[in-house]
Amino acid sequence: MEIVLVSLLNGLVYGMLLFMLASGLTLIFSMMGVLNFAHASIYMIGAYLAFTVSQFLGFFPALIIAPLLCGLLGAAIEVFGLRRVHSNGHIAELLFTFGLVFIIERVVQMTWGMLPMPYRIPPVLDFPLFTFYGQYFPAYRGFMLLVSAGMLLATWLLLKKTRVGLIIQASLTHPQMASALGHNVPAVFTLVFAGGCVLAGLAGVIGGNYQTTEPGMADSMGPIVFVVVVFGGLGSLMGCFVASILMGMIMTFAVVINVSLLDLLKPLGITLSGDNLFTEFMTVPVARIGALLPFLLMIFILMVRPRGLMGTRDT
Amino acid sequence: MKKGGSTQGWLWFIALLVAIAMPWVFYNYHTGRQSGFVISMLSQMGMMSILALSYNMLLGQSGLFSFCHAVFFGIGGYATIHFLNLAGDGTLPIPLELVPVLAGLSGGALAVVFGYMATKQRATAFAMITLGIGELMTTAALMFHHFFGGEGGVNSNRMIGHSLFGFKYGPSIQVYYLILAWTVISALLMLYLTRTPLGRMANASRDNFERVQFVGYDPRMVRFTQFVLSGFFAGIGGGLYAITYEIVTFDALAAPLSANALLMAYIGGSAAFGGPILGAVLITLLQSGVSLMSNSWLVYVGVLFITMVMFAPQGIMGLIAAHGPIVRGGRFGKLLLPYGRVIVPCLVMVLGFVGVVELASFLTIGAAQGKALVLFGHKIDEHDVLPWLAALVLLVVGTSWFALEARSFRRVWDGLMSELKPERSAA
Amino acid sequence: MRGLRLLGYSFAVLLVFLSVLSSGRPVLAEETIKVAYTDPFSGPFASGGDEFLKNFQFIIARKNAMGGALGRKFELVPFDDKLQPAEALIALKSMTDQNIPFVMHCTGSNVGAALIDAVSKHNARNPDNRIIYLNCGALATELTNEQCDFWHFRFAGSVDMRAAARIKALPQDLKKVYLLNQDYLFGQSIQHDTKKWLAKLRPDIEIVGDELMPFGKVQDFSPYVAKIKASGAQSVVTGNYNRDLNLLIKSANEAGLDVRFDTFLSHLIGGPTAIGAAGENRLTSIMEFNSNVAVDLKVPEAEKFANDWRTSGHDTDFSALNFVTMIDMLADAINKAGSTDPLKVALALEDAHSKDLLGQDVIMRKEDHQLLMPYYAGVFSKGVKYDAEHTGFGWKNYMTASTADLTLPTICKMKRPAE
Repeated sequence: MEIVLVSLLNGLVYGMLLFMLASGLTLIFSMMGVLNFAHASIYMIGAYLAFTVSQFLGFFPALIIAPLLCGLLGAAIEVFGLRRVHSNGHIAELLFTFGLVFIIERVVQMTWGMLPMPYRIPPVLDFPLFTFYGQYFPAYRGFMLLVSAGMLLATWLLLKKTRVGLIIQASLTHPQMASALGHNVPAVFTLVFAGGCVLAGLAGVIGGNYQTTEPGMADSMGPIVFVVVVFGGLGSLMGCFVASILMGMIMTFAVVINVSLLDLLKPLGITLSGDNLFTEFMTVPVARIGALLPFLLMIFILMVRPRGLMGTRDT
Repeated sequence: MKKGGSTQGWLWFIALLVAIAMPWVFYNYHTGRQSGFVISMLSQMGMMSILALSYNMLLGQSGLFSFCHAVFFGIGGYATIHFLNLAGDGTLPIPLELVPVLAGLSGGALAVVFGYMATKQRATAFAMITLGIGELMTTAALMFHHFFGGEGGVNSNRMIGHSLFGFKYGPSIQVYYLILAWTVISALLMLYLTRTPLGRMANASRDNFERVQFVGYDPRMVRFTQFVLSGFFAGIGGGLYAITYEIVTFDALAAPLSANALLMAYIGGSAAFGGPILGAVLITLLQSGVSLMSNSWLVYVGVLFITMVMFAPQGIMGLIAAHGPIVRGGRFGKLLLPYGRVIVPCLVMVLGFVGVVELASFLTIGAAQGKALVLFGHKIDEHDVLPWLAALVLLVVGTSWFALEARSFRRVWDGLMSELKPERSAA
Repeated sequence: MRGLRLLGYSFAVLLVFLSVLSSGRPVLAEETIKVAYTDPFSGPFASGGDEFLKNFQFIIARKNAMGGALGRKFELVPFDDKLQPAEALIALKSMTDQNIPFVMHCTGSNVGAALIDAVSKHNARNPDNRIIYLNCGALATELTNEQCDFWHFRFAGSVDMRAAARIKALPQDLKKVYLLNQDYLFGQSIQHDTKKWLAKLRPDIEIVGDELMPFGKVQDFSPYVAKIKASGAQSVVTGNYNRDLNLLIKSANEAGLDVRFDTFLSHLIGGPTAIGAAGENRLTSIMEFNSNVAVDLKVPEAEKFANDWRTSGHDTDFSALNFVTMIDMLADAINKAGSTDPLKVALALEDAHSKDLLGQDVIMRKEDHQLLMPYYAGVFSKGVKYDAEHTGFGWKNYMTASTADLTLPTICKMKRPAE
């Protein structure tokens, strides 16, 4: 029982961390159809910028400044690069962001060096909030939950309840009509892209000191975030949220499951002997492949329902 | 149309002759052998050409964007190592020349399984399924030892003693010619496929998949067949990889190699059949050649990629093909001077850019590595203002001048094209 | 427009003229002994290669100042292998084209295995153009056992040796350990050898958990921390490194989990910085060297060496004593052989007995070409003379596994070339 409750809590927190990163991507993806490969790279830049800014001004100013800088960077990328590539189709946009990944990684290595940065949790947030079955629940995690929930609320409100959000939604499904009505559709695209980058940067500020800030951090976060976004579905922020929590839970619970395929077959009296590939495969406990389960799930759901979980449009 | 086709054919034939002759161009008379490095690079280009061409069966011809293509290359490689081991101890009497066929069949077999899953969908869903497959296979290769050998991979000896032509395949030049032969065979086969009904329907389902259904073909079967065949050819490439390096590790099926296939097919030009070959040559030169000169080669790849995506989405072949009407109209001579005018500022701009990147890299990373930036035989100190100034001036001057010349080039180009219009429509 | 164009062209012509003028052939110094070095210098794993390159530059500069070998200086020729065997093999071709007689490589047993194989085949097929592979960091035990080769010399402790040292360094009052390792060959090797040595040296210890986790993929370690806590372990013995280790320790610290971390590789660059205060007094590692060992053993030369490194603009500490040993023994072998011919040098190098910079005995064993060397167990704490990566905490040496302790049997049966 204890392990279930602990895993529930851990899974929730991890899911929220994933959501922080995925929300920006789903915004850009749902709205512009661009799967922004450089999203995790912007996350990385957010973390590095937060580290540098917090060295001079402290953590809380960095919380505001770093995401804004990322937003500016995103706007620049959109205006000077992505915009020209729109006309060449979705694949060209994807490839463009792909090329950015290489450049950003090297630039980060050149600017901050190759070693991890000592970007630490601010002391004011570094204490245990409460004790849960003998384990501390750090206050910083609570802060992360708050920020994450705040991001969800703010984004949802912006899109559904404001005029700007309405225009954004219109521009994305019917750009010519929106343009004919006098709205500046290219500016909307820039705004959305920059907004997505702001969210990524914010995730970086929060995640960078929770994890480690190093040039390889984009590569490790990238794939799982795409999975979450696609699994949640296009055009659905709520889908993204549900997918994040679900994936977080699955990966967390998987670690405590030590059952393998062979164990499932044992009641049927099946045993395996011999040291070969098949035996290896059958004796892998779920705990060893926890991090892969999201990919498996994504494959199956896409095979059956290409919209993803709660998608409103076909991918 | 026919005239252009056979000119293209002749050009490829000349390219083949060059490929055959290249190792001898770099012959070192002192030591009495060819440059091993050049042969390595050429062999790598051959294998990568097959990989890129097979990838283009998906990207360019069927409009399918796959993230896991290297998996079939890698499986072809792993399977070949096991086949070579079996052949080496006599269990499997097969001549080395035919081993790539087995590799191809392995790749194709796996493609049947994964293709069934992936081709259920198209476009982004397809791409994401392949992303998942790629991740799963890479992790599996690290986890399961019996087939994959773990981190150290599996190795073998290619001198198995069976050969159709009596070669031992010890020296790498013999392996190179084997690779070249298989590259030509695979390329011709893939070219033939593009002209079959399957190839045409693949193009059709790329362009308008709804119409394809009305015509009576199941687009899913078209996708599936293309996927399996591309997996077959990728497997051949993997088999040649195994024969060349005699060791296969998990990076032969990992995401970076799939990304490479994408880069090669796209930069070379996914619309033309031969584009990926050009892309393979270029990327191999960049990756294995330039990377030995500079650690910032990834920046150059990224910038090249972005530039192509923004300004030349049809790739290099696309750029070359755009000259078609002009060449046929006999007006190519008129472009020579404008080209000259554009190339000079372009070189200045590139020099400036490389200068800035290398100086920045040495300032932060390289300096501590104790290396020195050497240009034209001179050591350059990255802390001096002068080199920075020089590089920035070159970059700024070069870029603005290039923009200028590019505009006038555009004018000349447009002028020529509109001149040719009445002739072309009359033709 | 015209004028600008003219200006542009004159500029270009001037440029070409100047570069032609200034391009002279650099005056060749007397012939150097080239030593190739391949590791990843670009991409996500570049930090390791970068650091080792700097180490080698430092060590070779010192060796050259001391006269080099045969009166010639060493020259380091780096090649980027991007952690991919195919790239390393292409680079190898470039090295053999240039007749470079030695290649060093320190990162990744996948590349290491490929190099052993390729060097062996190349040397057999091209006896006039041989090359020796000096392995400074590919640790898989197999490389000097099943996959051993005459032309391969390993100057770093194998996984087996490190596991022996690791278990020896566990405190006597420790009774319950949790094994956590990365799910690939290296991690599985560590898991296997740790269990072997626990059974041999410390049968009193109970293994309350034995887990493999996906390599480089786990972002959130709290479920593992929960499992460790539930098992009641007093120590986590792990071969994890980089992210997989740093995040684990951070997570454990946040959750208030009070266990030791007896690691193999937490001293690698970036580790101390990332872990910081979370590791105080409970993080231990097995390392070739750290500055405090020199202090303890009272070897001023080694201490000065490490200090020179720290004060010459490097943010990291020197811990790769085996690199120094490698270069020293290579130079000795070249001097003894009287040439840089790989066969002669290899014969001089195997079965070489020497003393490392700390004055300890080291042996390059002839049987399997494995360097037998001591390892030092350090605990991350305050109150030491030299801290790690400016964190304020340093490695305090608390146990030494001597060369004799780590002289382990081998199953190597190497084929020797016709001499």
